[in-house]
Amino acid sequence: MADARDGAGLDVRPTACRVATAGSLSSGKISIRNVSKVYDPDGVNVKALDDCSLEIGAGEFCVVVGPSGCGKTTLLNAIAGFHSISSGEIYLDDQLLCSEKKIAEPGADRIVVFQNGALFPWSTVLDNVISGPVVQGKMTPKEAKSAAMELLCRFGLSGISHNYPGQISSGMRRRVEIARAMMNDPKVLLLDEPFRAMDALTKSVIHKYLLDVFDLSGKTIFFITHDLEEAIFLGDRVVVSTTRPGRIKKIINVDIPRPRDFRVLSSEQYRELKVEAIGAVHEEALKAFEAGERELA
Amino acid sequence: MVTQKNTLSGWISLRKARKAVLSKTTYRGITAIIIFFICWEVSSRLNFPVVGQIPPPSSVFSAMRKIIGSPDFWGSWLVSFKRVFAGFIVAQIIGIPLGLLMGINRVFRDLTFPAIEILRPIPPLAWVPAAVIFWPTAEMSITFVTFLGAFFTVVLNIIGGAKSIDVRYIRAAHSLGSRRRDIFLRIVLPATLPSMFVGMAVGMGITWEVVVAAEMIASRSGLGFLTWQAYVAGNYPVIVIGMISIGIAGFLSSTLLRVIGRRVTPWLKVI
Repeated sequence: MADARDGAGLDVRPTACRVATAGSLSSGKISIRNVSKVYDPDGVNVKALDDCSLEIGAGEFCVVVGPSGCGKTTLLNAIAGFHSISSGEIYLDDQLLCSEKKIAEPGADRIVVFQNGALFPWSTVLDNVISGPVVQGKMTPKEAKSAAMELLCRFGLSGISHNYPGQISSGMRRRVEIARAMMNDPKVLLLDEPFRAMDALTKSVIHKYLLDVFDLSGKTIFFITHDLEEAIFLGDRVVVSTTRPGRIKKIINVDIPRPRDFRVLSSEQYRELKVEAIGAVHEEALKAFEAGERELA
Repeated sequence: MVTQKNTLSGWISLRKARKAVLSKTTYRGITAIIIFFICWEVSSRLNFPVVGQIPPPSSVFSAMRKIIGSPDFWGSWLVSFKRVFAGFIVAQIIGIPLGLLMGINRVFRDLTFPAIEILRPIPPLAWVPAAVIFWPTAEMSITFVTFLGAFFTVVLNIIGGAKSIDVRYIRAAHSLGSRRRDIFLRIVLPATLPSMFVGMAVGMGITWEVVVAAEMIASRSGLGFLTWQAYVAGNYPVIVIGMISIGIAGFLSSTLLRVIGRRVTPWLKVI
């Protein structure tokens, strides 16, 4: 599938990036092996992740769904290099990323798009987009600017390149943030509930946008959400996580063909997958709900 | 075409400027000032208790007409401004790096913060006697006291600003491949600019308070001395002129800071 997308000849990366890293097209395989994470604040052991194993193929759109506090973000932060893990290993393209003894170094090959967005408010859209290649010394600001303008044009964002993030809508901000990530030609995009707290209409627009980026770039995407419909609509596989401690409860293969658009949402196949997923998710949501009740009591 | 566009945009900005100057807020502000002067004049003429002792605006204005041409009067302005800005600028030169260092380095903060917290509650004016003793000239001791007025506010505001930077920005910057230096220049510095300027604005206010009091105690020049001398000489209208001058000087200084602040934090005006 990834090969087919790569072969399509369309690419959303700026040319300068593509030339520099032409070899990385089929990379981005993540292997999560027996990963556990125990938080130990004040001697109270909280197990966030319990023996998670997951293979994410190069160019796969993998979505993790689960109730709040099930360790989804912990897993993403471990891959990104913001947190350690207590046991197990995570590999990126067969290279050890992190283990019990090693915290991954955050880097531009695994770019995170955050829940509340993290565009720098003091930089214009253009300056945000060029910040990656410029701080890495890959491009001069001038080269980066022309590459970024090209990218923004392709993403339909060139009209706002001189605006500050505070001047544009939340949907636009997410699009810019995804563009900022793509500017680095990452191996993996890590998205941590990026479209939470967005209204349904904005969401539908940005879903389409993300799907386009995915279809054209063939990047591996690791996407976290608790919105089941979003998960099925976007993902190749939907991983349902248990409530804390997070374990993998069920993996649902979504073989709805790409490119996908809103018509998928009314298809029989989508409905069947949804029914299959709801059963698993609902059970965990109930457990999480009851656990929450106990914590409050 | 181009010239047409230029004239058009020029015309629009002119209209905008006119609209800003002739806005309802401006009219209301002018009305308020006029009413204030009328109340003042009337209460003075009718010899109201307490406020009746203040010379009426009419006599202040006639005294103003005499004093406005005198180089001594403007010399007082200049001297006070010099002292305020000398103290203020030195406070920024020392305070900004110190505050940033304390904001980003935990060890340095732990080592220096307690000392600053003990010195901070001492009012700058309580330093006047000590300053007069340990600085060789009166000028230096006054500048030192004004420096103190701005210093602590700036340091504390910068520490607060640096500490409250959202970890998302730091993580995003790391993720984009930033090193420590980039994080400082591209995240910490711009993120603390707004609170830096809040600290400066407050600090500038304190600086004027301090300089006037210090001039009354330990100097023979400046707007504070002018006001005090008028009191000693029993020249009541000049007391009022001195007070109003200090008010205007403070207003001009903080306006200058606001203008600079808006220039360097252009992203703030849009939110």
